[in-house]
Amino acid sequence: MSKQDIKLVKNAAGRMVPEEINGEKQIPYQGVGKYIPEGRRFAPKLSSCANFPQDGNKTVKDLKEALIKSGLKDGMTISTHHHFRNGDLIANQIFDIAHELGIKDLRWYPSASFPCHEPLIKYLKDGTINRIEGSMNGALGKFASEGGMAGVGVLRSHGGRYQAVQDGEVQIDIAVIAAPTADAFGNANGVNGTAASGLLGFALADSQYADKVIVVTDNMVPFPCIPWQIHGNYVDYTVKVDIVGDPEKIISGTTNITKSPDRLLIAEKTAQFCEATEIIHDGFSYQAGAGGTSLSIGIYFEEILRRNNWKARFIRAGSNKYPVKMLEDGIVDYILDGQTFDLEGIRSMRENANHVDTSPFTSYNYHSKGNFASMIDIAVLGATEVDVNFNANVVTHSDGYLLHGIGGWQNCLFGKTVILPIPLFRDRIPVIIDKVTTLCGPGELIDVIVTERGVAVNPLRKDLIEKAKKAGFKLKTIEQLKAEAEEICGIPEKPELEDKVIAVIKWVDGTVIDSVRKVKTK
Amino acid sequence: MSDNYNSEIIISKSLSTMIENKKVGIGNQGKKIRSDIYIEIELTSSGGINLDLTSKVDIMFGKSNRALISDILSFYNIENANLLIIDKGALPLVIAARMEAAIHKLIDSDKEYLLPIIEANKSITKKDQMRFSRLYLPGNTPSMMLNAGIHNPNGIILDLEDAVAHDKKYEARFLVRNALRGINFYGAERMVRINQIPLGLQDLDFIIAHNVNLILVPKCESADQIKQVNKRIDELKTTHGIKEQIWLMPIIESALGIVKAYEIATAADNISSIAIGLEDYTADIGTLRTDDGDESFFARSMVVNACRAAGIQPIDSVFSDVSDMEALARNVRKSKSLGFDGMGCIHPRQIDVIHKNFAPEEKEITKAKKIYIAFMEAKKKGLGVISLGTKMIDAPVVKRAENTLNTAIDLGIISKDWMEKV
Repeated sequence: MSKQDIKLVKNAAGRMVPEEINGEKQIPYQGVGKYIPEGRRFAPKLSSCANFPQDGNKTVKDLKEALIKSGLKDGMTISTHHHFRNGDLIANQIFDIAHELGIKDLRWYPSASFPCHEPLIKYLKDGTINRIEGSMNGALGKFASEGGMAGVGVLRSHGGRYQAVQDGEVQIDIAVIAAPTADAFGNANGVNGTAASGLLGFALADSQYADKVIVVTDNMVPFPCIPWQIHGNYVDYTVKVDIVGDPEKIISGTTNITKSPDRLLIAEKTAQFCEATEIIHDGFSYQAGAGGTSLSIGIYFEEILRRNNWKARFIRAGSNKYPVKMLEDGIVDYILDGQTFDLEGIRSMRENANHVDTSPFTSYNYHSKGNFASMIDIAVLGATEVDVNFNANVVTHSDGYLLHGIGGWQNCLFGKTVILPIPLFRDRIPVIIDKVTTLCGPGELIDVIVTERGVAVNPLRKDLIEKAKKAGFKLKTIEQLKAEAEEICGIPEKPELEDKVIAVIKWVDGTVIDSVRKVKTK
Repeated sequence: MSDNYNSEIIISKSLSTMIENKKVGIGNQGKKIRSDIYIEIELTSSGGINLDLTSKVDIMFGKSNRALISDILSFYNIENANLLIIDKGALPLVIAARMEAAIHKLIDSDKEYLLPIIEANKSITKKDQMRFSRLYLPGNTPSMMLNAGIHNPNGIILDLEDAVAHDKKYEARFLVRNALRGINFYGAERMVRINQIPLGLQDLDFIIAHNVNLILVPKCESADQIKQVNKRIDELKTTHGIKEQIWLMPIIESALGIVKAYEIATAADNISSIAIGLEDYTADIGTLRTDDGDESFFARSMVVNACRAAGIQPIDSVFSDVSDMEALARNVRKSKSLGFDGMGCIHPRQIDVIHKNFAPEEKEITKAKKIYIAFMEAKKKGLGVISLGTKMIDAPVVKRAENTLNTAIDLGIISKDWMEKV
């Protein structure tokens, strides 16, 4: 196979990473907290009110006109956001228009991609889009993994995406913010409208730093659109469409905890571990996702809080009806919400001042004067693979294919205790292995692995090991867990990968922590 | 129902003697199927082995899976065949079971392709061991078997009877056999529910030599059925040189069975317990099963009485609403108060509730301790009569107190040396 001309160097994690991708020089990962940036934040061009309508009406005919007026041309960077998740209807339209106008070599900079974006493969093939810098899942992941993309993909955490924009590493030419509600001036929010999705935090950096900003909505209200999660003062054009997103795919009417007995067992063990080691206590805080296992861990945490007559100070979460109920029952003081997953979450955010919308800036940005992620007592996260050194992978499958985005995962690794509740194997695929296929998070930041067959604590966390022992909570070593998985599943063969780098994984500080190789296809 | 069973026997007999079909499909397939494999084999007369294998774990286990499949084919001297295989991440023991079932349907062979028995599955069990919970696992669903043991039931039941569709009963036997040998159930007693007698007698061929601890005999209505089961077990034990005791747990599920409860309970020495099956029983007496269970009070008491008279364990029916843990807890407490020693479960989340509610309560333990201490003191002093306060205590009461304390020790509620701490 064709070798790349680009030189690979070994970074501080021992991974081979390119020094340059897509014509841009890269900094190899140097270790946690080792790379300190210099210089100033990126600044967008100055604007003048003289160039904007004094009546505040920035509405143009349609998205096409907004894109043309924004100066859409070859090689530009176009950003979108995943508040609508799999119900996004706007990103595909942008590239339909670009294709119609014969535009080439665009860089798509979504905060995440979803299966609904599969139609974009044709534009990656015909050169309308050069590459995706954002998560690549499902069909897009397969396409990219098999070397289909012209440029090299870049995967960043939510915090890393903010950092890249703020630092000027990614300069957005046109940001298109699809909003559930907006006014003609460009003020926008996510809590009202039929496509209500909660908040618009992922679009914050784009609104602040992009050269041109377009707000698209199907619920155009007279000024002022309150709350204004996005400030119209950053916005160039507004567009009214018939439907901005598919509500059924944006939000679930109701969120339910997992019914899987195995996952419930993992959740229960996680909570038991937290109680035994006293990392759950009055006034504690935790981060939990909306996945089945995380959700049920929240339920067990709640049970512990109620039993002890304790309160949590805050939950940092993708919110849903369970934390909302805790907030309303007075078991938690605040929800610091990163994205909202059900109608109850949206209602609460609209009605309750203690249900606060956050952004990757406040929660995750590493090139900042601190962020919330590192203040969290317990961060409960997932992983596709973990190795015997506690390094973890969240983006690729053990067969080498890209299948998940990083999300806020890397950022949350800075929490005081990071716990990965994961099954020892999925179907027949062991989760704990010798060496992760793709390194996303260094083992020094990962403290506890909870599986259905036992709990392993990172030897660096002597304090947790001591406390667990004292409480009579049985631990296994990670090597024991790995051996157990292999006894059941067998020892998996390694995927055959080519030399070609199809994507890189950025660490929270913008350095390159690992490369994703092209998968060998038959 | 029994008509179908009979036709099943005829089918399997014809398959084991004369094979007419040249192509069979074994295993489960479909979008939701996990940890299983579908295998279609067509024997051909030339052209060698043509393997069309689709696997979701091909990159990780493709080589070893192909090697296993080809090893099994050559074990049965199959040189020409077309194979269509859809693998959903099946473990080797599942692949082997499916392959073997398919091959046995195509050729006449007595050979068994056996993977090694894991060390953990060589354990044996006691007649009176704790049987608070036993978890039913459908005998043809590998995904439910793999993690059953992690939920710590006292026993797991690989079910060949009601949980397996009629056309899957043949292949389930191979899977259950391999599960008995190769799946670690983490200390749970390994039980198999065979089919109703006489079909169930054939199931024994697949389990007796493979470290089964206990066999559930469904729809039991007579001592004769137990004798038939034991006769076949003894033959197989002799053939395979097996010394370990294999316990029986007859399940009574009919009015007639209830009437004959004592006869069944005393039919053989290796009967460790009798279970009652209330779904079928209530249907048989022409009523509906309720949460309160008034309709089955007589039957449950009959079973308890028969078992106590025979010195074995009475075991209660399953509770079928898996979402209502409160109702389950009430049901367990009722069951315990009627005199049962355990009950079945159909969902792993029920296990903990069953254990907690069958476990001796604090006041029970306190009382048992007092009785036991009084007994020991009386013994020390050489007194013939034991008394606690003004009450006389007789031998069965002491025995019950001892049982309560032993159970509490087993469950970790009190320590083994509690006497020293008094």
